Amino acid sequence: MAESAARTTLPLEYVRKGPPRWKRFARTMRANPLGAFGLFLILTLVLVGLFAPVLRHHEINQFAGIPGRGPTSEFWFGTDKFGQDIYSRVVSGARISLQVGFLAVALGTAAGMLIGAWAGYKGGIVDVISQRIIDTMIAFPQILFLLVIVRVLGPSMRNVIIAIAVLIVPSVARIVRSAALVERNNLYIEAARAIGSTDGRILLRHIIPNILPVGVVISTTLLGTAILAEASLSFLGLGIPPPNPSWGNDINVARTTFPINLWAALFPGLAISLTVLGFNLLGDATRDIFDPRLRGR
Amino acid sequence: MTRYVVRRLAMAVMILWFISIIVFLLLRVGGGDPALLQQGINATPEKIAQVHKEMGLDDPKPIQYLNWMKGMLTLDFGRSQLTQTDITTEFRERFPVSFQLMLMTMFWTIALGIPFGVISAAKRNSPADYVVRLFAIIGLSVPAFWIATLVLLIPAQQWGYGPPLNRQVSLFTDPWDNFRQFGPPSLVLALGPIASVMRLTRSSLLEVLRADYVRTARAKGLSSQTVILRHALKNSLIPVITVLGLLMGGLLGGSVIVEAIFNLRGLGAYVYGAILQKDYNVAQTLVMYTAGVAVLLNLGVDLLYSLFDPRIRYA
Repeated sequence: MAESAARTTLPLEYVRKGPPRWKRFARTMRANPLGAFGLFLILTLVLVGLFAPVLRHHEINQFAGIPGRGPTSEFWFGTDKFGQDIYSRVVSGARISLQVGFLAVALGTAAGMLIGAWAGYKGGIVDVISQRIIDTMIAFPQILFLLVIVRVLGPSMRNVIIAIAVLIVPSVARIVRSAALVERNNLYIEAARAIGSTDGRILLRHIIPNILPVGVVISTTLLGTAILAEASLSFLGLGIPPPNPSWGNDINVARTTFPINLWAALFPGLAISLTVLGFNLLGDATRDIFDPRLRGR
Repeated sequence: MTRYVVRRLAMAVMILWFISIIVFLLLRVGGGDPALLQQGINATPEKIAQVHKEMGLDDPKPIQYLNWMKGMLTLDFGRSQLTQTDITTEFRERFPVSFQLMLMTMFWTIALGIPFGVISAAKRNSPADYVVRLFAIIGLSVPAFWIATLVLLIPAQQWGYGPPLNRQVSLFTDPWDNFRQFGPPSLVLALGPIASVMRLTRSSLLEVLRADYVRTARAKGLSSQTVILRHALKNSLIPVITVLGLLMGGLLGGSVIVEAIFNLRGLGAYVYGAILQKDYNVAQTLVMYTAGVAVLLNLGVDLLYSLFDPRIRYA
């Protein structure tokens, strides 16, 4: 605060210009090679997801070759027991997995930030009630929570997204609340109130923009969690319904129906692991860059 | 301190009460009729009506809730609505399975996670440190259900080997078969916890190693080993113990995924089946048990904190 106030009073020629944006970005990347690798993994996966229809060699859910074979030059990852090309299914699965992950985290983080910021800013009874609800939801066993919600709503992509988003809300709200508690004591909030800003305006124009970095950090770390949650639900048969090419689903099919097929379980799992690894590495790096205080949480 | 304990206990009770309401309502929102599930689709409407009456499903929802709560408080958990088996009996049968799985998972986590975390911190930025950190980040990213699947599929396909899956082996009658049954699932289940305990031990120890008293110990001329093991380690383990306590709380409820994959008849498999089949009584009772254990251990860990770390005082 003091620093930025001082800067505005200085004559312009004293303000040192930093290096250009791309150079700063490159420097950050070099300082965090693991984070850069994570970002690379995620960007690759997003591209794979976007261009899945072009990248796949065969139509999914269609017979392509002799069932249950290992990798060959035609079928890179082999064929599953229905004679489908595993490579094509894995590539198509990227789309589903990322879609569920991004949407669930976006929804959950947005809701969590609103609730947390509101509770932290308002304090009083609003805060107490929301805190108790958050405590309850955090105490609820996670996997059972997901199972019950999806069981009640019925397995579908939309419901899986809703379930994961709801799961995320309390942990986001808790962290954002403590950030908002600090933020509301700043002078500029008082100034905003003095000129007659409404609570809603202060919240949306002042508090939330200032705690946005916290939200960015949490949502990056939560993306890996969300994708694992989708995969686990689908694996248990309560996620994305077959024959959609969900990775978790395909592993379950490879495992439970005879004849068992190692390749059909191996490659989707590798895809899940790489995706989650990418988000974990990226999450660690964003935390270190944006908010060293959150380290170790 | 007493005031703090009382307040925390009251909060724990309140949280559990909220959870009971949420489970009760959630399970009854969607469709599905336990009477129909129990009797099959060919049941006559009269039979269904009769079963509804026996199960108390005709009562208004608040009455059903109160009846359930009354049962819970008097430790009378009732019967499964699907199989008519007594929940307490079934619980007693399944608890040892989940309990053994929990013990073994905790063992791997402590025996592997802490030592490697210490090595990683002591030899910071050495090849050993990089290996440990790499393993930790991979362990946190790889889904347990995938590793579990591979652990079963690879030996089965390569050597036709499979652990005893279709029967429960007691530890006392056949320790070797029992280990073949519980060893792999507990290791798979421990993978994530090992990774996070490694990371936590490492970062916590590194932080303690920066403390003044550690520098004093070094200045006295103590060997690096003595400084770390006798002076620094104890203090750095406080956050690790918290995580271990929470892990234990989670594992006491059983593991849905690993128990399902390795065909263990534990509590996780029990609650999973009950949720799938909308067996209200079993599902809500077991969710309460799982949440209860987690909340209580959480509370216990918080209270133990003040014992381990006298600097923490509660107003």
